[in-house]
Amino acid sequence: MVIFLAKRFAFMLLTMLAVSILVFLLLEVNGESVAVKVLGPYSSDEQRRLWLEDNGYFEPAYVRYFTWLGSMLAGDFGESIRFRVPVAEVLWPRLLNTAILGGMVFLIMVPLSLTLGVLAGMREGSALDRTITVGAVITTSIPEFASSVLLGFIFVFWLGALPGTSGMTEGFDLSQMVLPVMVLVLYGFGYITRMMRASMAEVMQSAYIRTANLKGLPYRRVILKHALRNALIAPFTVIILQINWLLSGVIVVEFFFAYNGFGRLLLEASLNQDIYLIQACAMVAVFVAVGTQTIADIGYTYLNPRIRFT
Amino acid sequence: MTEQTAGSIPRRPNKLIGMLKGVALIRESVVGMVGMGLILFWVIVAILAPILAPYDPLVQMTPFATPFTKAPEEFGGTFWLGTDHLGRDILSRIIFGAQRVLIYAPLATFCAYAVGIAMGLAAGYKRGWVDDVLSRIGDIILSFPILVLYVVIITTFGASGINIILAVTFASGPGIMRIVRGLVLDLRNRDYVAAAQTRGESAWYIMFAEILPNARGPLIVDACLRLGYTTITIGVLGFLGLGLPPPDPDWGGMINETRAMATFAPHMTIFPCLAISSLVLGLNLLADGLREVSLKD
Repeated sequence: MVIFLAKRFAFMLLTMLAVSILVFLLLEVNGESVAVKVLGPYSSDEQRRLWLEDNGYFEPAYVRYFTWLGSMLAGDFGESIRFRVPVAEVLWPRLLNTAILGGMVFLIMVPLSLTLGVLAGMREGSALDRTITVGAVITTSIPEFASSVLLGFIFVFWLGALPGTSGMTEGFDLSQMVLPVMVLVLYGFGYITRMMRASMAEVMQSAYIRTANLKGLPYRRVILKHALRNALIAPFTVIILQINWLLSGVIVVEFFFAYNGFGRLLLEASLNQDIYLIQACAMVAVFVAVGTQTIADIGYTYLNPRIRFT
Repeated sequence: MTEQTAGSIPRRPNKLIGMLKGVALIRESVVGMVGMGLILFWVIVAILAPILAPYDPLVQMTPFATPFTKAPEEFGGTFWLGTDHLGRDILSRIIFGAQRVLIYAPLATFCAYAVGIAMGLAAGYKRGWVDDVLSRIGDIILSFPILVLYVVIITTFGASGINIILAVTFASGPGIMRIVRGLVLDLRNRDYVAAAQTRGESAWYIMFAEILPNARGPLIVDACLRLGYTTITIGVLGFLGLGLPPPDPDWGGMINETRAMATFAPHMTIFPCLAISSLVLGLNLLADGLREVSLKD
């Protein structure tokens, strides 16, 4: 068990390291373009050269990579070009806002999709199953920005029931959370539902369920006590991995509803060519993604007794 | 995939007829037919765009930017879906937008598949260090949240059609590689591969002529789904202002440009939304139908 955990964490660290090299290569390795982004397009060659010299950009690339990585690890992400404050100061509050949004999405999406998946997979091919399956395909086919527009049209323009933006200018307001959460749940629940359905359908065909049925156990009991336990193992991984998907999803939704979160920060940073902010956002996003992947793997191994630790 | 009995050598079936029969199988699935219909609708619209579109998608009908000084008839017809904030006909823009999406999305998906299949075949057939290296590279790229990766790439290299195709190839190639690799690992131990190896065929021949055609079933289903994702991606990039540069009509861009007006003129945003949703829905339904049909036999 200890060896397994150590292996997983070592692999996680290696991935992080490789990703940091990739981010460095994409954004940082060309010093000249960094200087243009920091000093602006109208800076003179002389200014850029001085800036590059001051900030050690004439060192060999590998030396620069290690200094860069060192300061990243120390939590020093540099200074945001647009906000003129250290990146960390902007990043953490935004990340917290996104965590709140993401938490609410998960709180609604997971129970909803698991219930629907179980209902659909319980009797494969029934009318209920077909309705849920087709419904899930339709909702996953509507891109987030389209469903933002459509839901906005219904609830803001037509019914006038909800606010159209979620800027939270006057403190936290729950009614402003409804639309962003609804859009993300609508787009995301289909995938988990399908996984749960497939897993449930597979379990329902296994011999031990037939035995339970033939034994004369009530149907409810067969589903809740016998089938559900095994059927939940496979979707567990999928649910954890949805965090990775959510990090993409929030970019669109936060942009649309002007919610002050991580996704909007990344997008603003990229539109403003705010290079240090982009680097920090990308690294944080990957850190969260790789971390959740590791948790998913460990959790799956822990839940499934058929997998032995090697 | 059918095992042929030794002794009888059946005549090789005509390839074209075989393909048509395969396409016809989709008739067995209602869901698949609906999907096929939606896709065909958009394909025909895209091909006939110059004939179907009532107006030039880029021309601004100035009286409609400053409302109603001239009757619509003076422009030679009605604006079926209205005009946008610059007085351009929305219907024509949607029609020409279809052309764009249906060029870029398949092209990007095709490139991603070319790379993914090459990597997957190499990793699955050669095994050893080739497999290790390619799989690790794939793991690293896949550990990025996908849209974060797109934003970083487009920021670095700028927004243009080519860059979008390259970004999609880079981001979804590894995912395709994983699928192909899994299929190859299953197929490489089959008898016909062993037979080809005994005949002394080259690794290239075995990979592309023996293994790849037999892996096509799951890949076609996946390609349909991926085409849907790519369509969404191109729409999302357009929506975020990172897509194809204006003024050319692009569904995502149309929504982004006009969404500020959505509170009093929702028609400008709703119709492009419906267009992109219906196209993606068509692709997803077709994929579902294909899977259903392929599981039947």
